[in-house]
Amino acid sequence: MSAGYSADEMMSVAAARALGDGMSCFVGIGLPSKAANLARRAHAPNLTLIYESGCLGAKPSRLPLSIGDGELADTADAVISVPEVFNYWLQPGRIDVGFLGAAQLDKFGNINTTVIGSDYHDPKVRLPGAGGAPEIAASCGEVFIVLRQNPRAFVEKVDFVTSFGHGTGKGDREKLGLPGQGPTLVVTDLGLLRPDPETAELTLTQLHPGVDLDSAIAATGWKLKVSDDLETTPAPTEQELTLLRDLEKASA
Amino acid sequence: MAELLSLEEAVARLVHDGDTVALEGFTHLIPVAAGQEIIRQRRRDLTLVRMTPDIVYDQLIGAGCARKLIFSWGGNPGVGSLHRFRDAVQHEWPVPLEIEEHSHAGMANRYVAGASGLPFAVLRGYTGTDLPAQTATIKPITCPFTGEKLTAVPALNPDVSIVHAQRADRAGNVQMWGITGVQKEAVLAAKRSLVTVEEIVDELEPRPGAVVLPAWVVTAVAEVPGGAKPSYAAGYYERDNAAYQAWDKIGRDREEFTKWLNELTGVKA
Repeated sequence: MSAGYSADEMMSVAAARALGDGMSCFVGIGLPSKAANLARRAHAPNLTLIYESGCLGAKPSRLPLSIGDGELADTADAVISVPEVFNYWLQPGRIDVGFLGAAQLDKFGNINTTVIGSDYHDPKVRLPGAGGAPEIAASCGEVFIVLRQNPRAFVEKVDFVTSFGHGTGKGDREKLGLPGQGPTLVVTDLGLLRPDPETAELTLTQLHPGVDLDSAIAATGWKLKVSDDLETTPAPTEQELTLLRDLEKASA
Repeated sequence: MAELLSLEEAVARLVHDGDTVALEGFTHLIPVAAGQEIIRQRRRDLTLVRMTPDIVYDQLIGAGCARKLIFSWGGNPGVGSLHRFRDAVQHEWPVPLEIEEHSHAGMANRYVAGASGLPFAVLRGYTGTDLPAQTATIKPITCPFTGEKLTAVPALNPDVSIVHAQRADRAGNVQMWGITGVQKEAVLAAKRSLVTVEEIVDELEPRPGAVVLPAWVVTAVAEVPGGAKPSYAAGYYERDNAAYQAWDKIGRDREEFTKWLNELTGVKA
């Protein structure tokens, strides 16, 4: 990109900006972990990071390859058992934001990380599975999702609901008694999507600089709704890019 | 009381064909050497239990040791997929693999119930997902006090649980620290247990935050320095990330894997 940063860098920066200082965040590995650690360096020094391996308040100086990396344990406020993470910290709703990735995402923010293909017993592709995500998606105050936007990942309906978003639309979470608000933000390499307040359908609310609307529509496997007040994401600042690149360098 | 045994003897005595076997360790302290000893001793028809089947279970599955896997996340952390696991699920190679799939919260609670001597655990989990339709061990339950709809999962009580720890003393008391995952619960839930350790010492110096498994809840301890590699043992060695990345290439291809397996088991190709 001629702008001096890549689409992936824009995605990480946009995802990091969504995390406010003082929040607590249950962090998935990969893109979510990168964004959360960038946020802690950039504008949210008091962001509490919680990893499912039992690291409460981790402050890693480099990006962990795995959620149980020694760096997470060494820098954590406390290291607790895995049953404790899920039962005492996640389940009662103590955590503000769950930050997840996805293999497939549908227009109501339901996440699939289990199988590609319609037959669970004879899948086209067997994916890793649920991990902590179903309960993170259920019990965190809200859920942010970060993934690259393309028609294979952004589907009308996921092949398997591993983690529940908004089901078939507004009101489904309340009906099931799910405590958290569910997905409130999806960050991609092209822009931001948010659930429509009336229908809970994911709607494009923001495009990253230099991305045209048609390519965002083409990268979406459902008929993408676009907000009337479509905004443009502010480009990454020099400071954000420097911090992100330093973080990646330290992790290489 | 825990017996101090060699790894070979411990696996021979504790792990039998058809057993339900849990190897736990969450990124940290994964009992890799014990898993490879099970492969060497050619155990078959095992029901393997593990929250995060990673490369050690990819190896066991590829070697044909397992008929069933009970798990919640099967991947090569930070790298990608487990190709032997995928090949078994998608193509029944080298043998068909039945799966019983949960979430981490569900698996953790199943171990807690097992360790607690209870038949099942209750959690607020799985709601709205497609997992209950595929997994018979996820059932709804109503709270008798509030009427809230919750989820029940049955206790896990493996025939044998295997974990790796930093140290044990000569009496077989075990000490581990850092990320300790569900190891304590896995050992307490099991009928028999084996702990491999980095070293056996005369006396365990107390460490803040350490998990201690007293000798009388452990069946056997085996001294296996480096027994968690390529995972890590805090205070002893770091995670060998390159080995996890290298596994992707070996695991991806049946021939490459078979070569690796023959080397492990001492079979001449």
